[in-house]
Amino acid sequence: MTRDEITAGLAEILEEVAGVNPDDVAEGKSFTDDLDVDSLSMVEVVVAAEEKFGVKIPDNEVQNLKTVGDAVSYIEAQS
Amino acid sequence: MTRPDVVVTGLGATTPLGGDVASTWDAMVAGRSGVSALTQEWAAELPVRIAAQLAVEPSEVLDRVKLRRLDRSEAIAIVAARQAWADAGLADSGLDPERLAVSVGSGIGGATTLLAQDDILEASGPRRVSPHTVPMLMPNGPAAWVGLELGAKAGVHSVASACATGAEAIALGLDIIRSGRADVVVAGGTEAVIHPLPIAGFASMRAMSTRNDEPEKASRPWDKGRDGFVLGEGAGVVVLERADHAAARGARVYARLAGAGITSDAYDIVQPHNEGEGAIRAISKAIADADVAKRDIVHVNAHATSTPIGDMLEIGALHKALGDHPVLAATKSMTGHLLGAAGALESIATILAIRDGVVPPTINLDDPDEDLTLDVAAHKARPMEIPAALNNAFGFGGHNVALVFARA
Repeated sequence: MTRDEITAGLAEILEEVAGVNPDDVAEGKSFTDDLDVDSLSMVEVVVAAEEKFGVKIPDNEVQNLKTVGDAVSYIEAQS
Repeated sequence: MTRPDVVVTGLGATTPLGGDVASTWDAMVAGRSGVSALTQEWAAELPVRIAAQLAVEPSEVLDRVKLRRLDRSEAIAIVAARQAWADAGLADSGLDPERLAVSVGSGIGGATTLLAQDDILEASGPRRVSPHTVPMLMPNGPAAWVGLELGAKAGVHSVASACATGAEAIALGLDIIRSGRADVVVAGGTEAVIHPLPIAGFASMRAMSTRNDEPEKASRPWDKGRDGFVLGEGAGVVVLERADHAAARGARVYARLAGAGITSDAYDIVQPHNEGEGAIRAISKAIADADVAKRDIVHVNAHATSTPIGDMLEIGALHKALGDHPVLAATKSMTGHLLGAAGALESIATILAIRDGVVPPTINLDDPDEDLTLDVAAHKARPMEIPAALNNAFGFGGHNVALVFARA
C-alpha cells in the first residue's frame, strides 16, 4: 500500500467518524489542531484504522501520532 | 422579598404527532393519533407491537456526525431545545450565560445505547465499544447536551422521576428562577426507548395495551375498553423566564407558570396510593402555590395513561382537590405515553390550550367508565375561555407533580 493510499483510507475514516472533509486530509495536517478531531473521535479513528489496515496501534503509540503523516508512517511500517 | 413571577416565553417539541410544536398542536386539536404498528423485525415476538413513534427522525434535523455521539433521547432533547430557544428569541438577546440554567430529564435515559453497545461488546469485544458510550447513556446526558448547545452556565440539572420527570423538571425550573439562581431556565423532558427490552419489561408488568390490531384505538384513557398505556417517544422543552426579564426585552409571553406541587406517596414502588392521597396533595399544593382561584382552573391536562386503575384514581383526586367544574383532556390518547417527556409535552398542550382557548380532544373515549364523573372533551376539541389550567404527571416510584399555568 502506498502512502497516498493509506492517506486516502484515513481520509475516509475521518469523514465517517468526525465529518472531516477528505480534501483537507494531507500528511502535514495535525489531527487536533488542523482537522479538529477530539480525543474521543481519535479513539474511533484508531480502532477503525486498525480494522481497515490490519494493524495494531497500541494506546501508547497513539499519542505520538500527531499528524496524518505520523499515522501513515506508523501504518506503513506495520503492514 | 417578593416572589418573582415566572412566564413561558418559548416552546419546542418533537413528538409522534409532528416535528415541532405547531404541527404537534394542530394534530392534537384535530384529534389525530400518533400510534402505529411496530413493523420492525424485533417486534414480531413481543406481546406489544404498537407504539407512538416520532413523526420526524432526528437524522432529518441534526447532522450525521453529531448524531454518532448522541443517544436518541439526547438528540431529540437538542432538537426540542433549539426550537424553544429560537421561539423565545433569546439567541441574540445578550443574556448572561451565568443567568441561564437547564433542567431537562429523562425517565429511562440512554437505555438503547447501553443495549446496542452491549451487543457490540458481546460480538466484537471491549475495544470495539464506542468511546461515546458513557456520555450517551448517562442520565444527565440530555440536560448536559442542551446546556452545551445553549451555553448555559448557571447549572444543568437532570431530574429523574419516571413518568413525572418532564413536569418535575419544569417545577425545578420554577424554583430556580424564584430562588434567584437564574433568569432563564430551559426545562423539559425527553424519552426514546422504543426498543424490545423496555417494551418487554413494561409488558411483563401488564402495564401496556395489547390492542395490536387497532393501534390508533389502543390509547383510550377513561374508556371502559382501556387495557394499558401505549409507549411513545419524543421531547418537549419550555423556556421559563422571570416575568420582568421577559417584559424588559419585550418577549412574547405564552402563559405564566403560576405554581407547582410535588409530593411522594411513600406507598408502593409502582402502584399509586389506593386513594390517590399523594396526587390530591400535589394538586392542592400546586393550587395553593399558584394563588389562583379554583374556579379559574377550568381545564386539566390529566396524566390519564389509559391504565385501568390509574385513570380513575386521578378522577377522584381531581374531585377532591379541585372540584367538579374542570374540563379534562387526556392527550395521551393521541401521543401515547412519552414517559419522562410526557409532563413536558402535556405542559405545552396546557399552555397552548390557555393561549388558544381550546380544550384538546380525548380520542377513543367511546364508552366512558361509569366512574368518569368529570367533563371531558371527548372526540372533538372544545373552544372555551381558559384563565388557568392544571397539568398532572405521576410516575413509578410514587412521584406526583401538578403544575398550574395561567394567562399572563
